[in-house]
Amino acid sequence: MNKFIVSPSPHTHSPESTQSIMRDVLIALTPAMLVSILASGWSVLALICVSVVACVLLEFLIQKYWLKVPVTVTDLSAAVTGCLLALNLPPNAPWWIAVIGAIVAIGVAKMTFGGLGQNIFNPALVGRVFLLVSFPVIMTSWDDAGSMFGVVDAFSGATPLGAVKEGLKNGATLSQLTADNLTFSQQFFFNAGGSAGELSAVALLLGFIYLLCRRVIKATIPVTILLTVFVISGIFWLANPERFTNPVFNIFTGGLLLGSIFMATDYVTSPMTTKGQIIFGIGIGLITVFVRYFGSYPEGVSFAILIMNCTVPLLNKYCKPRRFGEVKK
Amino acid sequence: MKKTFRIGGVHPHDNKISAEAAIEIFPAIETAYVSMAQHLGAPATPVVAVGDKVKVGQVIAEPAGFISGFVHSPVSGTVKSVAPRADIAGNLVPHVAITVEGDEWLEGIDTSDTVVKEIPYTPEEIIDKVKKAGVVGLGGASFPTHVKLAPPKDKKAECLILNGTECEPYLTSDDRIMRERPQEILIGGAIMMKALGVTRGYVGIEENKPAAIASMTAAAKDFPQIEVVTLKKRYPQGGEKQLIDAVIRRQVPSGGLPIETGAVVQNVGTSLAVYEAVQKNKPLIDNVITVTGSCLPVQHNYKVRIGTPMSKILEVAGGLPEKAAKVISGGPMMGRAIANLDAATVKANGAILVLTEAETRRRPESPCIRCSKCASACPMGLEPWLLNKLSRAGGRHAELEQERVYDCIECGCCSFTCPAGIPLLDMIRMSKAEVMKIMRSRPKK
Amino acid sequence: MTGTILFTIVTLVALGLLFAVVLYFVAQKFKVEEDPRIATVESILPGANCGGCGQAGCHAFAENVVKAPGMDGFFCPVGGNPVMTKIAEALGRAVEEKAPMVAVMRCNGAIANRARTNEYDGYASCKVMASLYAGDTGCKFGCLGKGDCEAACKFDAIHVNPVTGIAEVNEDKCTACGACVKACPKGILELRAKGFKNRRVFVSCINKDKGAVTRKACSVGCIGCGKCAKTCPFGAITVENNVAYIDFTKCKMCRKCVEVCPTHAIHEVNFPPKPKIEPKPNEENV
Repeated sequence: MNKFIVSPSPHTHSPESTQSIMRDVLIALTPAMLVSILASGWSVLALICVSVVACVLLEFLIQKYWLKVPVTVTDLSAAVTGCLLALNLPPNAPWWIAVIGAIVAIGVAKMTFGGLGQNIFNPALVGRVFLLVSFPVIMTSWDDAGSMFGVVDAFSGATPLGAVKEGLKNGATLSQLTADNLTFSQQFFFNAGGSAGELSAVALLLGFIYLLCRRVIKATIPVTILLTVFVISGIFWLANPERFTNPVFNIFTGGLLLGSIFMATDYVTSPMTTKGQIIFGIGIGLITVFVRYFGSYPEGVSFAILIMNCTVPLLNKYCKPRRFGEVKK
Repeated sequence: MKKTFRIGGVHPHDNKISAEAAIEIFPAIETAYVSMAQHLGAPATPVVAVGDKVKVGQVIAEPAGFISGFVHSPVSGTVKSVAPRADIAGNLVPHVAITVEGDEWLEGIDTSDTVVKEIPYTPEEIIDKVKKAGVVGLGGASFPTHVKLAPPKDKKAECLILNGTECEPYLTSDDRIMRERPQEILIGGAIMMKALGVTRGYVGIEENKPAAIASMTAAAKDFPQIEVVTLKKRYPQGGEKQLIDAVIRRQVPSGGLPIETGAVVQNVGTSLAVYEAVQKNKPLIDNVITVTGSCLPVQHNYKVRIGTPMSKILEVAGGLPEKAAKVISGGPMMGRAIANLDAATVKANGAILVLTEAETRRRPESPCIRCSKCASACPMGLEPWLLNKLSRAGGRHAELEQERVYDCIECGCCSFTCPAGIPLLDMIRMSKAEVMKIMRSRPKK
Repeated sequence: MTGTILFTIVTLVALGLLFAVVLYFVAQKFKVEEDPRIATVESILPGANCGGCGQAGCHAFAENVVKAPGMDGFFCPVGGNPVMTKIAEALGRAVEEKAPMVAVMRCNGAIANRARTNEYDGYASCKVMASLYAGDTGCKFGCLGKGDCEAACKFDAIHVNPVTGIAEVNEDKCTACGACVKACPKGILELRAKGFKNRRVFVSCINKDKGAVTRKACSVGCIGCGKCAKTCPFGAITVENNVAYIDFTKCKMCRKCVEVCPTHAIHEVNFPPKPKIEPKPNEENV
């Protein structure tokens, strides 16, 4: 008779694993990556490859030779970080920028805290913000590398948000600025200029729908962020349409969609309960709008997410799920 | 919209591969090993000695305390021994072994198939008959039924819920009895309603058993007080608290008894046993056991006399295939892995499930990615990740109590859903036992 | 330029002084008076905070021993007699010498001696495993080898041997704090007298099953035959529930029981090899 296995219940497991979740995130990022490759050429593909390889390799080296712990790169979390990092860089950024970003993201933001599941801040965002403050020129020059296959009209110069900010500073009014800015369909389908992953709202939304269908993430965080941004910017816009950009423009431009769908929903750095997630989302939305309207940077999503990341332990502590038997009658 | 419970839950693949196998009568065995610990509470005290002749249905052990139960001989023959024997976990439990000789039933037991609908008994008589017949909850916890039918005086029962959810994957024994004996189940329900003095009854059945729903609904036409409720497929719907929530939208308060919602839950199998006990004078001496597993060539639902060794059942069912890696008593979510296949069946055994290595081997544990899937899955609204963290830290019993570890129903949703393969329930179960021990040791206010 | 530097220095110095004064007065105000002997006692203690004495740590031990009228009920198992003598001297009290103890592993059911009958696939903890079922061998009492004792030991003195699958005590490191004894869900570990020259005789089995059952499960289990009890000239051995136990306060280490034990369940350790008798095959330093 063969030896039987004995173990405590349950004796079965859902097919989902860390690896399958990370794989789903990579799949969900594919449309955004394709759009940016299509728009900016092979250089973006190279950037993504460099970033992913750097992140995975770094995690492998640190785990194997430095910390001497089991190597867990096969869970694909480092690959996701690499992808997100690349999508947060300007499409024409030099390759070494991606490598530095990877070192900061994996080496500093992830592994020093103890690796997967332990980090307080989203590694890719830490990488991006580090690069943004260290290499402001490279990180904000959106010169188009030349559109590939001539699919889309090249749009060089600043990002829409950057152009608006710069214009307002110089005393122009919004109606003048948006005259030569984007149409709604441009905002929705494709707006060149901006980080590699920010180009197409529709590609990001496709990824969002995929993640929701696969039950990888819940809609709570992205929806709260977008609603908050919409409502708050709506109030400002109604108050003074010449000074403040309109809500639709705010939602579809910049890194808001990329950030709220893929970075704010990062499991490790977001709250565990619905209540906490709503507070988290509102916080990100508010900070984003205020940085965009009143800050010196044109874009505030990265900062908003990183700031709200700090509150996650507290949110986890004070926002408890609804316990069974505690239903309000 | 179909009803279901409101917090948590998971959707394991239901694998009801034995659903079409009609109930077969299991062939006669040579020796029956009847455990004295077939109910929650104190093991029964044997009242037979070696060499005694016993008939089917004869009392062989009497309750040793309020929460305890009668045990009857499932076979006729001679008592071979009264001695400890290993149960499925390998722990020694007092058993009465009976060598089978023929199949002679005790007088007064109605073995015919005639359905007796009239209930000429008073509630007290019903409870007494149920107690004397050794009926226990067949849903898994094996709580003595007569205790549940007599709730504390200050609590008023308002309705009876028959549990036909069978939310565990693979299991089909309840499905089969609901298809084959719906009338008897409903009469059993009516008997219990009379005993409880309630006028409202429900049968909760999950939507993945359309045949059972049809047959129960058809039979329920004669029982205007009993309503068949179709529920969404969702595990752990069959949990007592979850079922009450699903059917009557009331939640048992933390630390409270289900009766506080006014509902009494009984398994459909228990209902059938109550019917047989009250109307047919037949004590609980057999039950329907599903023998299933994707690696088994034939799936079975057997009506088995209690005390039949599991190895015998598997042998008759066609033997264990080479790739069988784990044998479970019960379903894959809450069942217990069998360490000793020679252990005999007990009243609450509902299934013998055979899994292969690929189906059941635990995956290596990886770090928690804080996805909070465990918290979303927990039907009690707990945070398994946090309980796991506190358990591993050691000595954090106060915090564990504050986080209500004692509310855990051990359904296994957290471990099932964890993408990192963390054995959450292993840790929580351990902490729960420790915390409950501390709570019990406190002086009562 | 100079002005700025000067201003900075002056401000910082002023701030520093201000804070120093405030902190000084605060410290005075909230000063906790503590018996100076507590600090003395604590400095003598090993400082492992193992809790082996039954107190909440070394400081609690010091506090309570100073408060108590005598040395009764206080013993630091880690420091042993030398430390207790020093403490008694510091407090001007007399102390009774206690026999040094050591944790003893009373199961020899290594994989070779005790066949595994099933495979455990749950969380690697003896406690979890023991609450689930009897164990992965035919023996319901033996070592589960999942290392709860190892995790409990603060002195790196007990380890589960991956080859034998059972725990082994390193008697040089063991301080007899008793943490492993509490951690073992099977109650296999016992604190026994360390013995003269570390020599000990003990029954390395706690299997309460009947002899035949034990025999089937494990080749080196105590079958409760009682030969040892009959042989013992000092009445130190009792056989209860099919298992023998040697009372170490009565045992005179004559080792007659070791020779008669049919399953070699009685172990002698740290004795010089006997010239005439061949060493027993199952003896092992535990």
